[in-house]
Amino acid sequence: MTVQPGGSGVPMAPPTIRAAGMSVARTDPKGLRGRIASVFYLLALAAATFIFVFPFVWLISASLKTRSTVYNNQLFADPLQFQNYMRIFEIAPVASWLFNSVIVALAAAATVTLSSALVAFAFAYFRFPYRNAIFGLVLASMMLPGAVLMIPQFLIWDELGQINSLVPLWAGNLFGSAFYIFLLRQFFLGLPRELFEAARVDGASYPRMWWSIAMPLTRAALIVVFIFELKASWTDLLKPLIYLRDTALFTLPRGLQSLVDRFNPTAGGQGDFQYVMAASVIITVPMVVVFFLAQRYFVEGIATTGSKG
Amino acid sequence: MTSETRWALIFLLPWIVGFVVFTAGPMVASLVMSFTDYNVIQEADFVGLENYERLLADRRVKGSLENTAIYALLHVPGVIILSLGLAMMLLRVGRASGFFRTAFYMPSITPTVAVGALFLVILSGNGLFNQGLSLIGIDGPNWLTDPPWVKPGLVIMSLWSLGSTVVIYFAALRNVPLELYEAARMDGANAWQQFRNITLPFISGAIFFTLIVNTIASLQIFAEVFTMFFGATQSGAGQSSALFYVIYLYQKAFSDLEFGYASAMAWLLFVIILIITAIQIRASRRFVYYEGSR
Repeated sequence: MTVQPGGSGVPMAPPTIRAAGMSVARTDPKGLRGRIASVFYLLALAAATFIFVFPFVWLISASLKTRSTVYNNQLFADPLQFQNYMRIFEIAPVASWLFNSVIVALAAAATVTLSSALVAFAFAYFRFPYRNAIFGLVLASMMLPGAVLMIPQFLIWDELGQINSLVPLWAGNLFGSAFYIFLLRQFFLGLPRELFEAARVDGASYPRMWWSIAMPLTRAALIVVFIFELKASWTDLLKPLIYLRDTALFTLPRGLQSLVDRFNPTAGGQGDFQYVMAASVIITVPMVVVFFLAQRYFVEGIATTGSKG
Repeated sequence: MTSETRWALIFLLPWIVGFVVFTAGPMVASLVMSFTDYNVIQEADFVGLENYERLLADRRVKGSLENTAIYALLHVPGVIILSLGLAMMLLRVGRASGFFRTAFYMPSITPTVAVGALFLVILSGNGLFNQGLSLIGIDGPNWLTDPPWVKPGLVIMSLWSLGSTVVIYFAALRNVPLELYEAARMDGANAWQQFRNITLPFISGAIFFTLIVNTIASLQIFAEVFTMFFGATQSGAGQSSALFYVIYLYQKAFSDLEFGYASAMAWLLFVIILIITAIQIRASRRFVYYEGSR
């Protein structure tokens, strides 16, 4: 699945001809009708873009306002309260939350990528009894709602003395995740089998074939899994709600929740909602950075899961 | 056991351990628990079907199921239709599509708690959204406290994050062979006929996928709504309209510590999801077109 327009295997044609349902003469792709239509679509998309992007602009603006102006709907904050971003680190342990979130997200993403790749390779490469039945079990487990497992898993971590600890937020990922196993298996199946047979003749062990041949060749897919899980972990609220008690141990979503509880005036809070907005910016910015660095992989990953799923 | 089988077992080990300890075991435990009155403090007593009988009589279960159904019925078609419209427009603007696609996808990477916090301000009575509506002469309600408008407000919020569905449709649309459109045009097919007979069949797989995924996700909506209405200091107004099933389940489990009852609720959810998905799969046989022998 290529991302750049025209980079795919689909024969490239001028955009106006690609357009389904537009009667544009093939010999004159830049005809008047085609040009008017293109302008119309560009304007419509620009309007949609405005709607999608404006809340971000608005969020940043609100994060720079004062207690009395935060609800005033003005686009430009006046006065500009940059000190909100300093204050937020004083009124709550935001630095600890940031640190906890980074640790948990990296641990969650790294463990799930490695373990899922290991298991996916077994399903893609090895021949063993009941392989398809077992793989069916992997797929079936995706159907199970998290709510069914939530309480027993809580009791397991409780038994292990891990309540009020960051461990339950990522350690489950050591065992792979059905969706990623499914995704990576597809990629491993795409590798030519002769590659591995040749390596075997040269005396490579199975772990070596996995680590030195299969893994490097599926680098892009591994990055997709890594950033998907990074995002999932970074945004998760439910697990921190269940497992964390001490404020200092909170991750950013749990911390932000505590700020909403504290400052939301409609729910009886103190009404300094600009701090909630500033914290919302702090939790969002790292994801935006990751997204722009790895945009290609995000888009590829979603497009692939959608068309192959 | 052959050496290959032995190695397969070693590679599969993480999943086998995880499946037994963190999936299959908990599944059985949850089912068993749903027939008890287990609440952490006291020993569990077997109570038979009592939890399930209570479920059927619990007005909050009924209310939260209705809320969830209404939300899903508004959210899923909304996401599919809007995303398809945006993706089809993206297809017509050539290289500019990359820029727009990025813009549409940005909200989906925003952490859900931040989305909830942001929309607490945007959807309030004097908020940004109503300000936008007033530009076109509409006097909007308070989307957070006016009970009949709470769910529509939450659906509007959810539509902000439809980016990944757009990306999926855009990828699917790019795979539709262009020759088909040219042939159809030569045969005099109009725009609607081309959409109906070429575009739709070719992307029906993608539509089916997003239908299933979005339905299952919307039945389990939790974080944004929890942030907005159900934190430590709870806002009474709008709450009963925003009480979704998984939020009620969470409250029963971790506020009231009624593990037995919450387990029964979880199994009811599982059964509902299974039934709805089965219906969707059956229905899809009629309209999903698979190219070749996929």
